[in-house]
This record gives sequence, C-alpha cells and structure tokens, in this order.
Amino acid sequence: MQNLVLATPLVCLLAALVAGFFGRAIGRVNTHRVAIAGVAVSFLLSLLVYIDVMGGSSFNGTVYTWATSGGASFQVGFLIDELSATMMAVVTFVSLMVHIYTIGYMAEDSGYQRFFSYISLFTFAMLMLVMSNNFVQLFFGWEAVGVISYLLIGFWYKRESAIFANLKAFLVNRVGDFGFLLGIAGVLHLFGTLDYAPVFASAPDKAGLLISGWHQWEWLTVICLLLFVGAMGKSAQVPLHVWLPDSMEGPTPISALIHAATMVTAGIFMVARMSPLFEFSETALTVVLVIGAITAFAMGLVGIVQNDIKRVVAYSTLSQLGYMTVALGASAYASGIFHLGTHAFFKALLFLGAGSVIIAMHHEQDMRKMGGLRRYMPITYITMVLGSLALAGIPPFAGFFSKDAIIAAVHNSTLAGSGFAYVAVSLAVFITAIYSFRLLFMTFHGETRMDDSVRSHLKESPWVVTLPLVILAVMSVISGALFMGPMLFGNYFGDAILVLPQHDVLAKLYQDLHHATGIDLRWGMFTHAIQTPTFWLAVAGVITAWYLYLYRPELPEKIKSRFEWAYTILDNKYGFDQFNQRVFAGGARNLGGWLWRVSDMRVIDGFVINGTAQTIGWLSGVVRNIQSGFVYHYAFAMIIGLVVLMTLFVF
Amino acid sequence: MTLLDNNILSLVIWLPILGAIVVLATGGDKNAPLAKKLALGFSLAEFVVSIPLFTRFDRTTSSMQFVEQSEWVPGFGIEYFLGVDGISMPFILLTTILTVVVVIAGWEVIQRRVAHYMAAFLFIEGLMIGVFSALDAVLFYVFWEAMLIPMFLIIGIWGGDNRIYATIKFFLYTLLGSLLMLVAFVYLYFKTGSFNILEFHAIPLSLSVQTLLFFAFFAAFAVKVPMFPVHTWLPDAHTEAPTGGSVILAAIMLKMGAYGFLRFNLPILPDASREMAGFMITLSLIAVVYIALVALVQKDMKRLIAYSSISHMGFVTLGFFIFNANGIEGGIIQMISHGFISGALFLCVGVLYDRMHSRNIDDYGGVVNTMPIFASFMMLFAMANVGLPGTSGFVGEFLVIMGSFQVNGWYAALAATTLIFGAAYTLWMYKRVIFGKVVADGVAALKDIGSREILFLSILAIAVLGLGLWPNPLLEVMHVSVDHLLDQTAISKF
Repeated sequence: MQNLVLATPLVCLLAALVAGFFGRAIGRVNTHRVAIAGVAVSFLLSLLVYIDVMGGSSFNGTVYTWATSGGASFQVGFLIDELSATMMAVVTFVSLMVHIYTIGYMAEDSGYQRFFSYISLFTFAMLMLVMSNNFVQLFFGWEAVGVISYLLIGFWYKRESAIFANLKAFLVNRVGDFGFLLGIAGVLHLFGTLDYAPVFASAPDKAGLLISGWHQWEWLTVICLLLFVGAMGKSAQVPLHVWLPDSMEGPTPISALIHAATMVTAGIFMVARMSPLFEFSETALTVVLVIGAITAFAMGLVGIVQNDIKRVVAYSTLSQLGYMTVALGASAYASGIFHLGTHAFFKALLFLGAGSVIIAMHHEQDMRKMGGLRRYMPITYITMVLGSLALAGIPPFAGFFSKDAIIAAVHNSTLAGSGFAYVAVSLAVFITAIYSFRLLFMTFHGETRMDDSVRSHLKESPWVVTLPLVILAVMSVISGALFMGPMLFGNYFGDAILVLPQHDVLAKLYQDLHHATGIDLRWGMFTHAIQTPTFWLAVAGVITAWYLYLYRPELPEKIKSRFEWAYTILDNKYGFDQFNQRVFAGGARNLGGWLWRVSDMRVIDGFVINGTAQTIGWLSGVVRNIQSGFVYHYAFAMIIGLVVLMTLFVF
Repeated sequence: MTLLDNNILSLVIWLPILGAIVVLATGGDKNAPLAKKLALGFSLAEFVVSIPLFTRFDRTTSSMQFVEQSEWVPGFGIEYFLGVDGISMPFILLTTILTVVVVIAGWEVIQRRVAHYMAAFLFIEGLMIGVFSALDAVLFYVFWEAMLIPMFLIIGIWGGDNRIYATIKFFLYTLLGSLLMLVAFVYLYFKTGSFNILEFHAIPLSLSVQTLLFFAFFAAFAVKVPMFPVHTWLPDAHTEAPTGGSVILAAIMLKMGAYGFLRFNLPILPDASREMAGFMITLSLIAVVYIALVALVQKDMKRLIAYSSISHMGFVTLGFFIFNANGIEGGIIQMISHGFISGALFLCVGVLYDRMHSRNIDDYGGVVNTMPIFASFMMLFAMANVGLPGTSGFVGEFLVIMGSFQVNGWYAALAATTLIFGAAYTLWMYKRVIFGKVVADGVAALKDIGSREILFLSILAIAVLGLGLWPNPLLEVMHVSVDHLLDQTAISKF
C-alpha cells in the first residue's frame, strides 16, 4: 500500500512540474494531456486506496525524517484511514472534473499551461494535506494550498482587483495560520511530539490539565481554539471570511476546485481529524458551534443581495462552510464530512455551471444582464437546477440528507449555544433556498436582458465543459442517498473520528429515525424532515424566490427601497472590509510609518547617532582650544596635575 | 594529500586571499575578462575545497574538528588556532557558496575596477571564514576587524550616491562595538594567561564580571546582528552598497554577530546570559515586530529587504536566548537560510536595478509582463522570505516558535506575528513591483533575465528548496555541538 499511497500525490506533482517547466515546449494540447493524465491516475489510485481502506486495511508510515531537534522528530509521512481516503477520493475526483473543464474554460487564455501547472500542483498539495500523519506536514499542505490559491486568485495579474484580492486572501489566511502554528506549538509542548497517533492516544490523559498561571484555562481548550483559528482562516469563518468573496477574481475553474470544493474545506477536515482533541474541550466545541452558526446565517443573507453570479455562489459557499462548522461544533464530525463531500459535488457543479454561463455571456458576470438562458444552454440549465435543488436541501437530492442531518444533530446537541445555532441554521435553510433559486431564475428564466450582440452568440458550451457538469450533477443527485446510511450511522469512519458517548448526537438521531420507520434510513430521514420546520422552510424559500423573481419581478426593487437600511448593511457585507481596511491595514501602515520616522530616524539616528557625532564634534572643538601650542600652558597643566595626584596620594 | 587533510581550514582561509592577490595582479580594466575568470576559478576551487568540511565532519562529537594549532606570538599566549564544530562549520559552506554566486552576479554589472572588485570579495571570503574558524581570540579579532576593510571599500567605491555617509556610519558603528570586545578579550587573557577561546569557556567568573563582559561582547555582536536599537546603520549600508556587497553583508557578515553570541556570550558567560535572557528576548521581539512594521512602509526595495533582515535576525537572537535545542538550532538554521534568501532578494533587486537604475518601488509595476522568468524566481524567494513551508525560511521560524512556546507562550505569539507582517511587507512589495499593468516605458522595455542570471538565481533556488524540504542533514551536523553548548550554559560558573 505504501507505494500506492506515495504515488497518489507524486503523479500530480510530476504533472505540475512537466506542465510548469516544459509547458511552452510541449504545447497546449500536450500540457493538458499530461496534467489530466496525472490527476486521472491519481484519482484511480485514490479509488484503489479507498476500496482498500473500506476493506478494513489502513496505513500509517513515515516517508522520511524532515527534521530532528531537541528530542523531537518531525516526519513526512502518511496516515491513510477512512477519513483521509474519503478526502482523497473527493479531492481527486473534483480535481479531475475541473481539469477537464479547464480545457474549455481557459481555451483562449495565454496562461493555459501555467494554469494547468498550478491546478496540478494544487492537487498535490491538497493531497499532502489530507494524507498527512503529523502536524508539520499538515501545515506544509495547508500553506502550500494557500500559496497556490494566492497565485490563482492573482492569475490575471494585470487586473488591479485580482492582485488586491490575492494579497488580501493570503494575509487573512496568515492571520489564521498564526493561530494554527501556535496551536501546533502548543501540541508539541504538551505532548512532546507532532505525530497524530501518539498525540491522539494520550489526549484523554491531558484532558482537564490546567495551564499554570492561567486560572481556569485548560491546555486542550487553548490548543483547540488556536487550531480552530487556523480553520477559521482557511474555511472562511466569520470574521476571517473576508477573503473568500474576493477570491472570485480568480478563473472560475479554481473557484470551483479551490474556493468551494476542496481547499476551503481543509479547516473542516482538520477539525474532524483533531476530533480526539476537540472532544475533550466543550468550550472549544461551543466556540466552533457558535462561529459556524453565525457564518451560516449571516453570510447566506449577504448572498441574497449579490448580483454577480459567482459572488452569489461564493456567499453560498461561506454559508455552507458554516453548516459544516456547526456540525463539528455539535460533535457530528461525520455529518460535517458528509456535507463536505456532497457540497463538493453540488458546489463545484454550481461554480462550473456559472462558469459555463460566463463563457456564453463573454465574461459578463452580472445576473441583471442575463435571463432566459435556459433556451440557449439546456445542459447547463438542467445540471444547475439539479445542483440548486441539492444546495437548497430538497429531497431526495444530496444536500437534503447532509444538511438535514446537521440540523437534526444540532437539535440534539446539549452544548451551550446549541439553541442559538439550531435557530440560525434552520433560518439559513430558508435563505439558502431563496438565493439559490434567485440565481436560477435571474439567470435562466424570464426575459433575456443582454445586448443583441451577446444574444446572437449565445450557445451551449462544448462537451469538455458540459461533461463535468453532467457527471457532477449525477453525483449531486445520488451521493446523499448513497452514502447517508453508512457515513452517518454505520461505523464508516472507524477509529479516524472520536466522539465521546455524551456528545454522540448522531447516535441519538439514529434512534429517532429507527424508531420512526424501522428499516430504511433514507425514508426515515424524509419523514423526520417533514415533521420539522427545516423542510418547510426550504420549500418556502423556493416559493418565495419564485414569487419574487419570476411571478412579481418588480417586487424586489420595492422591498429594497422600503428596507434601504437593511439592504445597505448587507450590500456592505456588514462593513468587515471597511473596518479591516481602515483599522488593520491602515493602522499597521500608520504605526510603521510613525515608528520609522520618529523612532528610527529622529530618536535613534537623529538624536543618538548623529547627536553623538555632533557632540563629539562640539567637544573636540572645545578640547582643541586647550591645544594652544604654548609650552607654558602645558607646563601649567602638568603642575596642576601633579598637585592633584599628590593630594590624592597623601590623603 | 595528508598535508591538505590536516590543513583544510588554513586552505579555505588562505586560498581566496591568494586568489585575491593573483586577481589584483591582473591590473587595470583592460585585463578585466582575465580577472573575472580567475576570480570565478578561485571561488569555485574554494567551494570544492570546502566540501570535505561537510562530508568528513564527525557528527558524533562536540569537540573541535579539523583543528590546527601552532604558536604565533608565544610571549602573549597567542596562537594560530583553528577548528570548527557543528555550529561554525555550516557558515563556512554558506560563505563559499555565496562567494561563487556573488562573483557570477558581478560578471557584467561591474565595469569599473573589475579586478579590485573581484579581489575584494575574495579577500572578504577568506577573512570571514577566518572568523568562523578562529579559536584564538586575537586571531578572531584580527579577522573580525580586517573584514571591515574590504567591505568599507566595496561600499565606498562601487556604492550609490550617499555612500560616504553610509560607509562612515557602518565603520564607526561596528568598530566602536568591537573595541569593547577587545577589552573583554584582554581581561580574559589576564584571567587565563592565553587567548585560547576554549580556555575562556572553562574559566570561572563571578556574576558581576560576567555581566560586564556580557555587555562588552554585546556591544560588538548586537551591532553586527544588528539588534534593535543599534540597527540603523544596516539600512543605510545596504541601500548604498553594490548588489554583491549587500549580498555578502546580509548573507554572511550579519551572521557573525549572532555567531559571536554562540561562541562567546553563552559558553563563557552562562550565568550572565541567563540573567540577561529577558533583556535579549525583549530586544529580539522588538526587532521581530517593530522592524517588520517599519519594513512595511519602506519605499526603497533594498531598504525594505534590509529591515526584513533585521526582523529575521530577531528570530535568531530570540532562539539563542530561550536556551533550548529547538531555539538554538532553529536560530542557526534561520541564519543559514536567511543567508540564501536575503542574498537572493538583494540579487533580485540588483537584476532590476541594473536595468532600470532605480530601487524605488513606485517606479515599478507590472514587471511580470516583461520578465516572467524573473518574476517566478522572485516569487519563490519572496515566499521563502515569508517563511513558506518547503522553503528554508520556514524551518528556522518553525523551530524557534516551537522552542519559545516551551518557555513562554507569549514569546511564541509575538514571534509568530511575523507570519502576518512578514507576508504583508514582502508580498505587498512583490505586488507593487511585479504584478499589475506595465506602468512605465522603462518597465515595458525590460528584458527578461539571461542565462548568467538564471544560473546564479538557480543556485540559490536549489539551496532554498533543498534546505526547506530536507533540513535534517544540516540539523544532524549541529545536534551534538548544540547539546554541548546547552550543557555549558546550564552549569554555573561561580
């Protein structure tokens, strides 16, 4: 298994290197052949690994020793269990779809080879992240995907907005990494190692251990909170979410791959991986729960007022990441990962669908200039309908199972804040349905609002674009029903995820479903859902969207002017950007400028250094007067000196 | 062969100095091609000669290796005493690699007094290696001070417009510090009757004496590192120095101050070092945070990288004064890594300066459009400066943060702000210089780097990635020596 495991990321790396260094030499077609072959092989290997792992085998081994210092040894190594194998399969599958799609989307771009090189490299880094068996390599993958995201957001480096967005994304992520790295330092300090297995094994012994000098604070709580700061950066949780909407400046394929399906879920994956630590800190879990709930609700709301098709999907991603975080906070890690998987399919689908629309619209992204596209782009339309149904959580599509499980899990949770979280995620269902169908109706239904010149060129995208859409649509339909039973209620994750009995909300859900219907969990889920508000909220959301954007399309404007203040808050995205821009970015620049001009230049250089030089110059001017050149002056000075010395000796 | 085997350190010290004399003998600029070829030949030979220091290094002992010891001035107990351990040896290799790079980098850029330029760098190479391998205090002092002369000339002759102010500032600052170090040496000589540094390590000293000596050494080394608040000579010196001078200054000469702390303060003055740890850590953390903020607002690229260097060196001194293996080894790795990265960044600025004759960030913008290969290299080095895992910049920061967390979480937290600030100033500069639309005719006319430039940037890129992906071989060299040093600091001397 070791060779299999090692080869999975390395083929992607190899493809990336070939595409990067020889892309120009071998030409566009060969470049995409190499890159796609690389990720396809990687996907097949991941499937083999997946089948192997589901058959009961696992792998935990070192590839090489990266560093040793002070008794600790830091390895590069892989831990392949149910969690990482699932992630590998999802990552390589979506990556493969995006690779194929890119042929169509980037066909006319001069950076074609560079783009393939980046996305293959991304796949490598993401695999290193999920396959790691220790915190150092996790951090390596974590930062590596961040850099590639940075490069890809700024892919069109001539655009001022793109290179602003990529710097912002990197810096905000670095704020998260700041916490993450300190969390890792805490782990090393507390456990003496950074390998998962020994850390997780001794976590129960460390539970409740207080930090000396810090009253009431437990080591594990502090460590988990610090690690979660990292997750907040990468998985864009409030208030570190600000980079994700701006990341839409990157080409659409990477919005789908990196900023929806894989990289942004790294934080979710990480917390699930760290469940043996988080389980022992209810404080940390509560924070996770509340932050996730705020994100799910507040960011979904912003999605309703966006007019850029990609930004709607981006805010939707933020909101859905909030759901996953809520699941983690409620100790329903399995359902968080389950939603991660289904979301990867339907959100990648929605992004790629949006991209297909953007191609047809000649890179116009404003939905107000679209409309009626379903007549021109039937495949894109149908697949996006399926994706939206999945996103809105309508049964029996994938999102229904994964999202309803989260809501039910929160309902069962007894943590402080779970009541708030339950209300927030339930209301977010309504919001989700509104913005998803608003997007659908504004883009594909109603009158065509684009220029005639654009309209005359409207056509369905080529097969390299629509094929991934169709495949992803199939997954968006079936993956929920297919995996729900085993993933949520079977022993799917084995020992990869730890849930303490008192936190096991999914087990409680299982009892509820089982009691209700006997055997079939899917049917149980459905009957359970129609008895709760969430299902009806989703249906209401769809109907509301239909009413507002198809039936009475003049209404939204009226509502907007009636509730101007609310609209302004949402349109400003609650003012996070302005605040950061003014307080953090501006503050750092002002402080730096002040330190430089006042402290460095005026005090140290001006006063101390040049001041010393001036003082010496002045002193030597004074002393020079003594050097008169007259012998009797010197003789006099000598006598004075002798007298003084003699006085000292005598007394 | 045995003669060479037994005198390998002498060889690596004197070979470049001999080379410098030979290069000087070529005379005026009409023989410049010959001078350049000779300089390259000598620097390459020097690198080859220095390799056995690594390959034949015994990783199991903390005692000095490749030792050469003979009388020099017997009356005062001064010896010609050379030797290296796991702490000093890596710096010799760093020096020999970077000198090759600097020679290649100066190949076409230097048009005036070429032989002198090349000779100055060969001189300085030998002298710097002398500093790292001297085990006699007088010998150390001689190399230490002699090294200033070629650097003084390099900045003074081939430097920018404000070079006179910068050179005088540089010279006086560092000279003043080192005079106090000389006083400390003389004191220790009277105590031990010799200038043998290893005997200094063993001599018992009272805490008050240790404290005085600590500050005497501090004056010399803190200026060189440079630590806050005696850092202001560095931005001036860097800004005015020619590219090669900046590279050597940032990559190697700064390391001597930090090396001095390891060789003198910690082992000779263990009690004072522990007493002063809080003070040193405070200064280090100020350097990390304060200087990073100052770097953020710089308008001159070289000045920005100079401030970045000070901030990164703050990590080094922080690592040393937390007294654990993670910290010290992290500090040493950070020094080596910073040698490659800052050297590379100064070379990148040099590449731009050669074409545009401006170091001003505002004069650039959109360089990637005309120089894509260069932009890729600079991206790598910028990311290394940011401390991206997989590059050498990460290893030292990682270990120092890990180490300082063991001592105090707040130290680690302050140090870790570099993750944010370092990224901010480096990538903001990169954005303004490299990304964007072409802003000026000068940028539109830029030609991408040629094979000579690709060559020297590639050498550094390989070093940065190699050390980042697999730092363990280098760490293994240090372990025993660092453990020994930690033992020395743990035992009270009075």
